[in-house]
Amino acid sequence: MSRTLIHHRRRGKPLAPLPVLTPVALAIGVFAITPIAYLVDRATNSGWSGFVDDVFRSSTGYVVIRSVVLVVVATTLCTVVGVAAAVIVDRADLPAPAVWRVLLALPLAIPTYLAGFAWVAEFPGMKGLWAATLVLVACSFPYVYLPVLAALSQVDRAQEDVARSLGRSAFGAFVSVTVPQIRRAITAGALLTGLYVLSDFGAVGSMRYQAFTWEIFQSYRAGFNADRAASLAVVLVVGGALLVIAERAARGGAQSRSARSAQHSDRNGWSRRARFVGAGTLSALLGACVVFPVATVVRWFGRSVGSGVAWGDLGAALWASTRYSLLAAAVTTLLALPVALAAARRGGRLDRAAEGLTYVTHALPSVVIGISMIFLSLRVVPRWYQRPPVLVAAYVLLFLPLAVASSRAALDRCARQWEESALSLGSSQVRTLLHVTLRVAAPGLAAGAALTALATLKELPTTLLLHPTGTDTLAMELWTKTGVSDLEGAAPYALALVLFAAVPTALLGWFTGRHDHDAHA
Amino acid sequence: MPSSPRRPLLKLGSITLAALAIGACGSESTTADTSAAAPTTAASTAGSSIVVYSGRSEELVAPLIEQFTEATGITVEFRGGDSGELAAQLITESSASPADVFFSQDAGALGAVDEAGMLGALPAATLDRVGEQFQAKSGNWTATSGRVRVIVYNSQTVTAPPTTIDELLDPKWQGRIGFAPTNASWQSFVTALRVLRGEDGAKAWLEGFAANKPVAFEKNGAVRDAVNAAEVDLGLVNHYYLLELMAKQGDGVVAKNQFLAAGDAGGLVNVAGAGVLKTSKNSVAAQQFVDFLLSDVGQSYFATKTYEYPMVAGIAQAEGLPAFSELQPPAIDLSDLRSIAVTQQLLQDVGLLTL
Repeated sequence: MSRTLIHHRRRGKPLAPLPVLTPVALAIGVFAITPIAYLVDRATNSGWSGFVDDVFRSSTGYVVIRSVVLVVVATTLCTVVGVAAAVIVDRADLPAPAVWRVLLALPLAIPTYLAGFAWVAEFPGMKGLWAATLVLVACSFPYVYLPVLAALSQVDRAQEDVARSLGRSAFGAFVSVTVPQIRRAITAGALLTGLYVLSDFGAVGSMRYQAFTWEIFQSYRAGFNADRAASLAVVLVVGGALLVIAERAARGGAQSRSARSAQHSDRNGWSRRARFVGAGTLSALLGACVVFPVATVVRWFGRSVGSGVAWGDLGAALWASTRYSLLAAAVTTLLALPVALAAARRGGRLDRAAEGLTYVTHALPSVVIGISMIFLSLRVVPRWYQRPPVLVAAYVLLFLPLAVASSRAALDRCARQWEESALSLGSSQVRTLLHVTLRVAAPGLAAGAALTALATLKELPTTLLLHPTGTDTLAMELWTKTGVSDLEGAAPYALALVLFAAVPTALLGWFTGRHDHDAHA
Repeated sequence: MPSSPRRPLLKLGSITLAALAIGACGSESTTADTSAAAPTTAASTAGSSIVVYSGRSEELVAPLIEQFTEATGITVEFRGGDSGELAAQLITESSASPADVFFSQDAGALGAVDEAGMLGALPAATLDRVGEQFQAKSGNWTATSGRVRVIVYNSQTVTAPPTTIDELLDPKWQGRIGFAPTNASWQSFVTALRVLRGEDGAKAWLEGFAANKPVAFEKNGAVRDAVNAAEVDLGLVNHYYLLELMAKQGDGVVAKNQFLAAGDAGGLVNVAGAGVLKTSKNSVAAQQFVDFLLSDVGQSYFATKTYEYPMVAGIAQAEGLPAFSELQPPAIDLSDLRSIAVTQQLLQDVGLLTL
């Protein structure tokens, strides 16, 4: 077992830098939940009794049950698929491991609305719970795969060897020795997936599964009713908070970890047959998650080339998408850093509360965040309404947890003995933070930025509400074309969106779980 | 609620938008003489710009907007979206809305924004161009084009298609009727049915319809295709789906449209329409935009591009359609079509919106 680890705290003062981090993190956490202020205002617009009526309608009960079922089923499957994929990639010694790492991150590049659209176009009868689950799992298992792969690559396999030499089976050794060390990565990935499932509309919309987000969209679209939508959204916030709390209970105490031992063991090597099965499984997964939707879009594209592509519009949309994803990634990462640092290095009650706050609104469908930002920005900064600052602020609200999770994981992985060595050599706390901590955590911060950029590229409902008039992103153009059932017209935008989103995704896969990672740490 | 009338700065980018809009619309013929359509007050508004929130897609209306800008010198800043979401956005923006015009895909969304007190009165000269039934009772918005609910039938398998919705309940049509349960126009028809027959009457018809085991399709176009391929024999759709198919496939089409009997709820005319925001800072130009939609140019555009019915008398409609004046749709206040949420609940209750 992993009791051989040395608890570093005993060897001198740990890094607990900059007390100012706590209030800064709290301020960011409070900013992250500002949409709730609007929701409560709306939800209680017709008094608390109106709110109670909205929420405790007989139909709401079914919607709650449907959403809970979807979250449980989709999150469980995402976790199983994500962990399995990570284990195969990390352990099966497949040829060209970097290629597999990158390929398995690629499903993140495909928006759920596009995947759903492709599936329905090819199999018109698809709908309901399992169809929605298929789309959600196919598009979001990398939320689990990536952190688990990163954690696996840092696990010291020598410990498993010890367990096996003591008579455990390979699987038994993995479960008893390694799983505890990657448990935190699993629960963190599952939390992001669960919150995403709660907030997603693309999958439930295309597969007509009447979950909460469906009901909220219908409240706007069919009821023009912001009050009922807000009441339902308040319930979602509560659901999001429950998930955050559940994850904290499930991940247990913080895990200290040892530095990875240098030598590799051959004892865990997979048999030829196992490697073959592993590669086959991954290929089938990629076929369903990436090849199928991309091939469908390429076929549409083949038809549209004949009828002419408006390259100018495509270029303009590409530029708008690039600009906003880079901006959103930069600002979000910058704001995520103090929150993650406070939680990882100070770790007080307030620090952890701030971290939790950034997650809560992640359960809200983005149309709700968009409408909230209309309400709030017109009251606070009316000049910036439908201007880039408010749009970027909305992206930050939507995607802060992605960046916080990545940064936090990177900081947790950064072995503290480096910091302590620096401190003991007389480096100041700030200097240590800048020159040691951030340098070591940089790939994780970059991963958070890439995830945010990706999510921004794919984002639609908030962009539709808040974009500067005259700016059209790839996702917006795609929506406009599919709205008039113009598959051929939509194809260039769909293809550009996927290809473009594949860039940050590939980088994510590339940098995640490289085995030589510790070498430069 | 705030009383601040300040509006965001929206002028920047309008030029780029115009360039984009023009670039986006391809090579639509602009040979029509638009000058006749442009009101004479244009001089004072030329060079100004308006913000249009549009539930009709940019793809569809960009060429028409380009003609408007050419004719009036007014730049249009176009914001597309779902009509219902745009209505929710407008209501949330309230008096701070930057919008000048709301151009909606359906009457319900306009009714909701009007009910929130956000639309200003349209002048009589504008309203006079369309029939009384196709404008808001408040006088605050007007229809700009119409789509008629019809029964599309396969002329090879059906010789005497029903002419009322009650005939659809005849057991002989069991399993032979196609419909699109999630489609907005179908739901508008059910809303009209509720308004015309009351909740109980509507529920009774829907239960009879459900008992006849209609076949659900994803979209109206799929219903039409299934009828043409004789997978089902009847379909409840809008009139123009057949015209689209005929334009694409020509003579091979065996599906035909049956228009419904006078006053039958199944023959509802649903509309796209537009209104000017009370808070518009450029209401004269906004008004010109609505007038342009109702001009001969605007009306002909929808008649030829989407095969919808023009709302103004004397405009040529698509070939092969009965004259609009001959249709006798059910008498209904189109603003009443906004209670779609209630309709969806009813459809769920009778099992026609199982998801």
